[in-house]
Amino acid sequence: MTDEAQGFEIEAPAPLRRRQLRRLLDRRGLAIQIALLIVIAGLGYGAVFNAVQNLARAHVASGFGFWNNTAGFDISQTLIYYSASTSSFGRAFWVGLLNTLLVAAISIVLATVLGFAIGIARLSRNYLLARLAGVYVELVRNVPLLLQLLFWYNAVLKSLPELRDSLVLPGGSLLNSRGLFLPRPEFAPGFLAVVIALAAGVVAAIAWRALARRRRERSGVELPVFWPALALVCGLPLAAFVLAGLPLSFSFPVMGRFNVRGGLEILPEFAALTAALSLYTAAFIAEVVRAGVLSVSAGQSEAAHALGLRPAATLRLIVVPQAMRVIVPPLTSQYLNLIKNSTLAVAIGYPDLFQVFTGTVLNITGQAVEVVAITMAVYLTISLVTSFLMNLYARSTAVVER
Amino acid sequence: MAMPQQERFYLRRAPAERLPPPVTRAGVLGWLRVNLFSTPANTVLTVACLVLIVWAIPPVVRFFLTDAVWSGTDRTACLVLPAQPAPGACWPFVRTWLSYFVYGFYPVGQRWRVDLFFVALAFGIVWLLRLSAPRRDIGALYFFVVLPVLSFVLLHGAPWLGLAVVPTALWGGILVTIVVAAVGMVISLPLGILLALARRSAMPVVRLAAVTFIEFVRGVPLLTVLFMASVMLPLFVPERFAPDKLLRALIGVALFASAYMAEVVRGGLAAVPRGQYEAAQALGLSYWRMLALVVLPQALRVTLPNIVNTFIGLFKDTTLVFIVGIFDFLRTIEAARNDPNWAAPTIGVTGYAFAALFYFVCCYGMSRYASNVETRLGRADRR
Repeated sequence: MTDEAQGFEIEAPAPLRRRQLRRLLDRRGLAIQIALLIVIAGLGYGAVFNAVQNLARAHVASGFGFWNNTAGFDISQTLIYYSASTSSFGRAFWVGLLNTLLVAAISIVLATVLGFAIGIARLSRNYLLARLAGVYVELVRNVPLLLQLLFWYNAVLKSLPELRDSLVLPGGSLLNSRGLFLPRPEFAPGFLAVVIALAAGVVAAIAWRALARRRRERSGVELPVFWPALALVCGLPLAAFVLAGLPLSFSFPVMGRFNVRGGLEILPEFAALTAALSLYTAAFIAEVVRAGVLSVSAGQSEAAHALGLRPAATLRLIVVPQAMRVIVPPLTSQYLNLIKNSTLAVAIGYPDLFQVFTGTVLNITGQAVEVVAITMAVYLTISLVTSFLMNLYARSTAVVER
Repeated sequence: MAMPQQERFYLRRAPAERLPPPVTRAGVLGWLRVNLFSTPANTVLTVACLVLIVWAIPPVVRFFLTDAVWSGTDRTACLVLPAQPAPGACWPFVRTWLSYFVYGFYPVGQRWRVDLFFVALAFGIVWLLRLSAPRRDIGALYFFVVLPVLSFVLLHGAPWLGLAVVPTALWGGILVTIVVAAVGMVISLPLGILLALARRSAMPVVRLAAVTFIEFVRGVPLLTVLFMASVMLPLFVPERFAPDKLLRALIGVALFASAYMAEVVRGGLAAVPRGQYEAAQALGLSYWRMLALVVLPQALRVTLPNIVNTFIGLFKDTTLVFIVGIFDFLRTIEAARNDPNWAAPTIGVTGYAFAALFYFVCCYGMSRYASNVETRLGRADRR
């Protein structure tokens, strides 16, 4: 059906169509729009009217006055200072938001690395590897995330040995049912020099690349880029590290009688959520990557080979840029999904924004409308800002048709 | 004179015997060489994969099959005992709790109603999804109009028909999971089509309302929508109309799914060539007849795989109603897992494995269907 239609497709004169639509808008269109407005306004008015009455009957306060009241509940993981007895609900909000961002950032990095690896493995010419990657994707994609999360938390992490029988991992980490205890890096003041050296190395590497490109464009002589850049980015900080007298030490976790002292504690809730989110999202990212690479037609690489580009250069200059244009938009929406899915933290009690706010704060204050509205506003802001940036990217990389 | 010169030529009169392909290219060996051992790096990968398989598969098989406990009536069968130092999965746990996993607390004497509902639903799904089924328009009518009424009468009950009312608090398990998913599908498809049409409408107010709704719902997590439905919805209606807990969750899921469905349908509508719209208008069809007879059949057919994929997402998302206190399948697993009569070390993994199997079979089946349809449509377009 559609084939024949495409054969005869004729561009309709746009102004005529628009005039027809205008005519539709005049009477019936106007009536429909006004009716819709009235319905929406009526529903909104009814909702507000009922909410005011119901809240008054339940003696629930309204407004955002609770924001500065003392919270009075504990949070198990805080990245900034927080105390149950003195900190406000507002402070609890920021603690929760930072926890959400922490788990999201770490999971996004892990999911991206794993997802790209699996997506490329699925395209491998090695039959076994491609099949294994396929099995992983199908297995993980078709089981609900909440089930996977509960599995990691209840069946894996909660069944780890008790404190007394902690597993000692190579490198001085402890693993038991209370979490993972890593050596905590302690930075001496001299470490600042290393950070400055790293920044200088990055700037120098970028400058070297620009120089090499200008040289190539002027004289056709290729200067090596990768190895000098690597030497600058890694070598400079390393030299600074040695010269500043090794300004880094580790505080190792020590098993006490009732708890672990020292070290960096990673809650089992955090570990389970990170594992579930990154393994789940990696399966979707793998599919995105696969589709992106497949979207670059074989003719592109063949043409590149015909021009005399080596395989590595073909990949870097021809295939990857074109694949990325297809990959990045769905990749971003996977990132957004991951951030939204991190609300499942509430199922295992990881104190993310949703658990702290819509869970605990809602229970204490009872102000459902305000609390849910604030939570939604945060996620909505993240989503809208990201898709705005995404549109900018899509516009900047769009193919310019002749 | 001619004879010696002729002898210098050699003319072959029959074709040469065909040689077998080189050993390195044909047969099992050739396949292995091309697919697994073509380069040193490839060989290393193959060996690594083999190591991974040998490391991972046997323990899984042992746990779920050979070492698994197959009979017993309570936890003692699955405990770590000298006789069984490392017991595997505890399948009697699943057998004992199976009816709870399927029906929840639905009264035992009334469970035939649930079975009948499953059959009626399966019938409707097969009718709609089999591309070769006859009269799929009647199928759609059955699925979107008859089935909801029938299901409500069956599951909830109708005293005037002699069916006792079963309050939704007693529903549970796979029944609730299927009800949430089915309601989500039955509502989200028509609502999604309406929203998609509204988003493409020429009327600014209609378009703005649709865009706001779709982008708002897609921008927030499902859990916040569910919380809004379960905590805020009772505030927005007069006290005496306060909806039932399950109904609130259903409203949340259905609205959420509609927004996603709207975007999928919009993609399908955009795939219909403009000539189709113009031809329909040239024939003098009204807007709704143009949609019903020309545009929607094509748009929905093209986007059917995406609709099914959205539905897979919806099916997995039904587990989230667990968090607002609905006894769905996953929640019944959690409840049974914590039963002291069945407290044994392998119960957790057994329960989750059973749940995972259920979800995997459903979702993988749907995704195979979607990709089959896609291949078929692709074949039609390649003609």
